[in-house]
Amino acid sequence: MAQIAAAEHELRRVIGDAEGLGDREVEGLSEGDLLALYRDMILLRTYDERSVVYHRQGRIGTYAIYWNHEAMQAGAAYALADDDWIFPSYRESAIGLLRGLPAATILSWWRGHPSGWWNPADYNVASICVPIATQVPHAAGLAWGKRLRGEDACALVFFGDGATSEGAFHEGANFAAVMQAPVVLLCNNNQWAISTPVSAQTRAETLADKAAGYGMPGVRVDGLDVLAVYEATREAVERARAGEGPTFVEALSYRAAPHATADDPTAYIDLERVEEERTRECVGRYEGYLRRLGVLTDEQAEQIKAEAADVMREGIKAAESEPPADIGLVFEHAYADPPPQLAEDLAELRRILGGSVG
Amino acid sequence: MPETTYREAVRDAMSEAMRRDESVFIMGEDIAEMGGSMGVTQGMLDEFGPDRVRNTPISEMAIVGAGIGAAMAGMRPIVEIMYQDFTTLAMEQIVNQAAKHRYMSGGQLKVPLTIRTQGGAGWSPGAQHAQQLEAWFVHVPGLKVAFPSTPEDVRNLLYASIYDDNPVIFFEHRTLYGLKGDVPEEIEPVEFGKARIHREGEDVTVVATGRLVHEALAAAEEAEGEGISVEVLDPRTLLPLDEDAIVASVEKTNRCVVAHEAVVRMGFGAEVAAIVQERAFDYLDAPVGRVGAKFSPLPFAPIMEEYVVPHARDVLAAIKKTVGKN
Ligand SMILES: Cc1ncc(C[n+]2csc(CCOP(=O)(O)OP(=O)(O)O)c2C)c(N)n1
Ligand SMILES: [Mg+2]
Repeated sequence: MAQIAAAEHELRRVIGDAEGLGDREVEGLSEGDLLALYRDMILLRTYDERSVVYHRQGRIGTYAIYWNHEAMQAGAAYALADDDWIFPSYRESAIGLLRGLPAATILSWWRGHPSGWWNPADYNVASICVPIATQVPHAAGLAWGKRLRGEDACALVFFGDGATSEGAFHEGANFAAVMQAPVVLLCNNNQWAISTPVSAQTRAETLADKAAGYGMPGVRVDGLDVLAVYEATREAVERARAGEGPTFVEALSYRAAPHATADDPTAYIDLERVEEERTRECVGRYEGYLRRLGVLTDEQAEQIKAEAADVMREGIKAAESEPPADIGLVFEHAYADPPPQLAEDLAELRRILGGSVG
Repeated sequence: MPETTYREAVRDAMSEAMRRDESVFIMGEDIAEMGGSMGVTQGMLDEFGPDRVRNTPISEMAIVGAGIGAAMAGMRPIVEIMYQDFTTLAMEQIVNQAAKHRYMSGGQLKVPLTIRTQGGAGWSPGAQHAQQLEAWFVHVPGLKVAFPSTPEDVRNLLYASIYDDNPVIFFEHRTLYGLKGDVPEEIEPVEFGKARIHREGEDVTVVATGRLVHEALAAAEEAEGEGISVEVLDPRTLLPLDEDAIVASVEKTNRCVVAHEAVVRMGFGAEVAAIVQERAFDYLDAPVGRVGAKFSPLPFAPIMEEYVVPHARDVLAAIKKTVGKN
């Protein structure tokens, strides 16, 4: 059995702080890659900021804001091949954008409209999980299943710091390790679970420390550093593909926005700290890095932002122009072969509605 | 304490017990500084401190399991499961442990644990955040199940639950938290298994729970206008169930409709219908009607949710059908 070293507590970084800490470069990333990552981050950021506005305008429902999580989402996704699966929580609801899922589809999901459903197998992006940590065993099982079928694909699962307290996390992580499933456990440690700080979630010094107990490596990265997340995830994916099993990646960030649009954090959070964190946010940091490298011009940045704004404008327009849902769908999707009573229910509904829908 | 909201009434029952009794405490997710996801425990941290109003990790199994342990140690814990849907993560602890400890110790152990949780549709939270799962728990010998519908009842019953020596699953309805009502100055613990007749009537008995009590009262009001006199009975506790009150009412009205928000099929209403036909068969002038949600996961789309869960008009339709006036 391979020796599993205790997790390093030091945060892995690539982007410097323009003060003491210098910039590094990630081997194998071209300028094109660097710009593609920037484009991904801008798309995610724009989606998030527009969504908060759409929510306020009553155009989408309650929405889980992911502002300042773009680096870990874009960085981790970029390290995957298209065949690899992503298992998002509500915090990564828009991750499908990076796999070609239309913005309109995701917006429709938040609008509670049937056109918000996608077939996970079309994008290798699983359905969004809202119950905490339940997606961890799914990812372990999918990855293991791929291996049993002799396929090369692996899985990456996102979950929060709070999720590490759930039984499903523990059982999923342990299962993945025992089966040597090719899965990356990407823990979004934004240091808050609604009103509960990570210090009230665990006494472990770091979340990555938990990995050793499962017999898998644990890595800590600066979750606001897109390149560090990319690099750590790439290594984890390489291990997975080489048959060496799962890796736990703790991406440290800070939830510098409310938990969701329905949350008022003033009762529990230190607002000064939030303000401070907002000045260190991840998109600006990457932009600074690219400019120091001379890779990003003002013009390019403008253009990329304008493109993202267009995607959202088109997206919300398309989502809002969907015809009203057919209510009959409530009886059509729970079973592959609806029991006869449901057919009766459906017939009754059609009768009430005068056969005008569907 | 005149006019109080259902939310304040829940809080008041807990606070009152905690003031009088050091062995009562509450734990759950985000209940301290934030005051719970529904604001029920707001202010309690300030009054009782972090040891007695205790935030937990996101660990439903551990919340209930540790509640059982604390109860065995002589405490009277109240645990909050943020959404009824997430009692599913604690089912082993509730069903195999809390409900069984007394039985499997030959009556020597007691688990005076109150598991508070909330659920209910009407605000479009989707398939995993608003289910009504009470039928699962009434099927488990060893548990008690309460589902109060008014500020007065929620306050009195919660207090009684805390002092009950059995594990109690205490259901609150999400859309009732803002409901106002008069409550007596002093808490008057209600006995489990005693129904409340909210409205007397002659033609049909509606046995309703939770939000549907209010829908049934609205339906009764309308039916009145059409010359149908409706009795509305709220069992308040589903386990034990006040069968005598239900049977007595049906013997008087000769007709019965059961109304709950949970899905109709295989629901709590089926048990009520069975009891009525068993004990009052000769009194019945019509089949027992059932009102509840359609057999579908709760849709996120507001119009679909609205369609799936029952409202006053559905209760009214069932009433009319039962009296042969549709
Ligand atoms: C099983 C379960 N329990 C409780 C909840 C309620 N809840 C929703 S989000 C949340 C906090 C999760 O925190 P974390 O895992 O850190 O993820 P983050 O929201 O920070 O991304 C809780 C407790 C839930 N959705 N599922
Ligand atoms: Mg978190």
